Amino acid sequence: MADLPILSVRNLTTSFLSGGVWKSVVRDVSFDVRPGETVAIVGESGSGKSVTSLSIMRLLAPGFSRIEGSILLNDRDLLALSEKEMRGVRGNEASMIFQEPMTSLNPIFTIGRQICEVLTRHKGMSRQEARAETIRLLEKVRIPNAGARFNDYPHQFSGGMRQRVMIAMALASRPRLLIADEPTTALDVTIQGQILDLIKVLQEEEDMSVLFITHDMGVVAEIADRTVVMYRGQQVEAGPTDEIFQRGQHPYTRALLAAVPRLGSMQGRKWPTRFPVVDIATGETMEPSEVAGTVARGMTPILAVKNLVARFPVRSGILGRQTGSVHAVENLSFDLFQGETLSLVGESGCGKSTTGRSILRLVEPTDGEIHLDGYDILRLDQPGLRRMRKSVQMIFQDPFSSLNPRMKVGSTIAEPFVKHKLGTAGQAREKACDLLEQVGLSSTMMDRYPHEFSGGQRQRIAIARALSLDPKVIVADESVSALDVSIKAQVCNLLLDLQQRLNLAFLFISHDMAVVERVSHRVAVMYLGEIIEIGPRAAIFDNPQHDYTKKLMAAVPVPDTARRGIRRNISNDELRSPVRPVGYQPPARTYRHVSEGHLVQIA
Amino acid sequence: MPVYIAKRLLVAIPTLLIISIFVFSLQKLLPGDPILAMAGEERDPATLAFLREKYRLNDPVIMQYFHWLGGILTGDFGISLRTNQPVLELIGQKLPVTIQLAMMAMFFALAIGIPMGILAAVWKNTAIDYFANFVALCGLSLPNFWLGIMLILLVSVNLGWLPASGYESIFVDPVRSIKTTLMPAFVLGTGLAAQIMRHTRSSMLGVLSADYIRTARAKGLSPWTIVMSHSFRNALLPIVTMSALLFGELLAGAVLTEQIFTIPGFGKLIVDAVFNRDYAVVQGVVLCTAIGFILMNLVADILYVLLNPRLRVNL
Repeated sequence: MADLPILSVRNLTTSFLSGGVWKSVVRDVSFDVRPGETVAIVGESGSGKSVTSLSIMRLLAPGFSRIEGSILLNDRDLLALSEKEMRGVRGNEASMIFQEPMTSLNPIFTIGRQICEVLTRHKGMSRQEARAETIRLLEKVRIPNAGARFNDYPHQFSGGMRQRVMIAMALASRPRLLIADEPTTALDVTIQGQILDLIKVLQEEEDMSVLFITHDMGVVAEIADRTVVMYRGQQVEAGPTDEIFQRGQHPYTRALLAAVPRLGSMQGRKWPTRFPVVDIATGETMEPSEVAGTVARGMTPILAVKNLVARFPVRSGILGRQTGSVHAVENLSFDLFQGETLSLVGESGCGKSTTGRSILRLVEPTDGEIHLDGYDILRLDQPGLRRMRKSVQMIFQDPFSSLNPRMKVGSTIAEPFVKHKLGTAGQAREKACDLLEQVGLSSTMMDRYPHEFSGGQRQRIAIARALSLDPKVIVADESVSALDVSIKAQVCNLLLDLQQRLNLAFLFISHDMAVVERVSHRVAVMYLGEIIEIGPRAAIFDNPQHDYTKKLMAAVPVPDTARRGIRRNISNDELRSPVRPVGYQPPARTYRHVSEGHLVQIA
Repeated sequence: MPVYIAKRLLVAIPTLLIISIFVFSLQKLLPGDPILAMAGEERDPATLAFLREKYRLNDPVIMQYFHWLGGILTGDFGISLRTNQPVLELIGQKLPVTIQLAMMAMFFALAIGIPMGILAAVWKNTAIDYFANFVALCGLSLPNFWLGIMLILLVSVNLGWLPASGYESIFVDPVRSIKTTLMPAFVLGTGLAAQIMRHTRSSMLGVLSADYIRTARAKGLSPWTIVMSHSFRNALLPIVTMSALLFGELLAGAVLTEQIFTIPGFGKLIVDAVFNRDYAVVQGVVLCTAIGFILMNLVADILYVLLNPRLRVNL
């Protein structure tokens, strides 16, 4: 290509000082970013993709990191610049946006001031000029009513809007290169779609190059011209995105692509299906197998939720008067049968987690009925609650904080068994050994502590703990959301194995439509505390009826390069809030029968 | 903002009422009959009965409380047993002295503690950090009385720069007033400076590793702007709260320091009153201190709101 690259990275090696020794975390990475081009660096946690981006901006702590190789930005070697010269590059020739929009803005300054700062720093603008330019930028990133929001503080914006502010800030000095480090990972899927669209449009308008760091193959397929795949600090493959997706050479690339949940991959399949497993050493694929016939329909449901309502008071003012309620769950009803997986899907604030927690009485619902394995959950006393929890257990999202760091994993798994006095200490230990094997770990790991395990292994331990009481129902609250794709696939496969073997019923709470499609028998879509559509998996995914369900599915990035450059109509729709004034009466809802078991809310 | 302050003051009223009950019961719970103490050698039942009637000690306790409270509200804190001066007048004489001392001590504490804390956090695990921590450890572990005596020896006795004791009102002779309070304020401030330094350091460390500081660096801002403008103002929030709480420590320290430097302040008043069983004075002093505490916390809360936009929503 005739164009000189904007960014040219050669043999980049970054090392960190730890315990007196230099350990390289990124080794020998080389790639170019040409004008107007989008290059994605894709990889799982620990692959060194973020360190690569921070190395380019030289944002790593100077005393504890060492960057070798060459990084040419517009033909200037960034590694040869003094720190002072580098400050003239950051936020000016190259700028950066980050993963966490909620914490990436300074909470005590107005957003206007934070954007103006870039303009006065790099462009030498006066205050008035910077203010006018900032308002223009805010309009450019489609923040409604931009002029009036100049003096607002970050906490007055939602996550998606904050990410727009971050983008406005990054674009302020018209950089040639934008580095986006997982900019949409923390956002809800419909908001993610908006931000991806925005980046694409602005890239064209500003004729800017983008280096996009992500773990999400779907996002890569949609946005990147070329892709660099990283694995354990090394660049394993680089090339045009099409080629990587269709003719990926490295086994890891193939493993990564195989593990990516694809929306629509379940068409024509009747039962939940395991993810295909690719051997990273050889690149061979094992075909996925279905999990047939576990559901015991026609019998009494193991879990029946009727007209569940959960509201939390919102208090304000000095006397703490109730000024409203969060209507977290509103008149929710569903059944779950033995051996079945029902998924609750929806975006932040839709009440899916509150529903899960209500079933274990981890939060107190306001009204309704929950029957589980013969227990009338909402009328149990303390001893009854303890007994009930033998029948239902929960697996949480964060495997790092949901295990006690000071307990050996053997004791963690055995603890529920011991506390419920189900047997002797010896039996408990035996049980823990057995469970570790069941979740694919080794019983020799009993005496290790949580920090000695990886995220995926910890989630397996959490699953083993949940199984130690032989529950009939497991509430899995975003249990695979924090895991890397390949690990996510493994843990999903494990859950499916366990369901087949132990005839478990799962209430699978997730925002990830592609995973849900893979593992569910039935799906319930939640919006503002209500189920707006419920039905068999195939019915929901192949024939969605409700507008919101359709919107949700359209927003999911699919790892298919044919979708590159796809535009959803940019809208500024925000997720709506379930906070209502005191005395609000939710309207009575009616549902339309679409097909066998498929219901959609019509009013 | 005025509405917020008014509301906070309204909320302080029940707190003050509860404190007044405690202060009142102090007198009732202490052993010994105040009338016997007052009458001295006189044991004539008629006199005792007259005194009891005069001080309303025959009324139900609840009535006595309201009578006492009524006095307080109209500015009548009672009469000191020892000096026969009205308690309010005594407090009015001594309080300004201690306020001056406390403010100067707080100035020293903040002027030493905050810069040292910032330096220690920015140059974490370097010689600067170790030095600052060493100084803080000294400040925490050197007792006030020892430091006070050493300073008197060095500065007053050997060098003759400042007077060793005594006090002059700031309204009469400002220069001499500052001179007499400089050393005690410094002694009083050092212990607090150490605590403020440690808190500033840990608060700054937390802020410096925040995502928004990374954003600020990615914008190409200078280290000075990042530390002073983006980090320090965030780090200040917990320090404001802590400084208000340190006010109590300041008062406890003042008791000792005023003794060493023979300053006729509030601290000395407390000590004298307790030793002399001068209950009316003790009550007045405790009540004043409580009001002072509430005011300091109010100031801290107002500062907190001014510094933290997230709290400004409902004003």
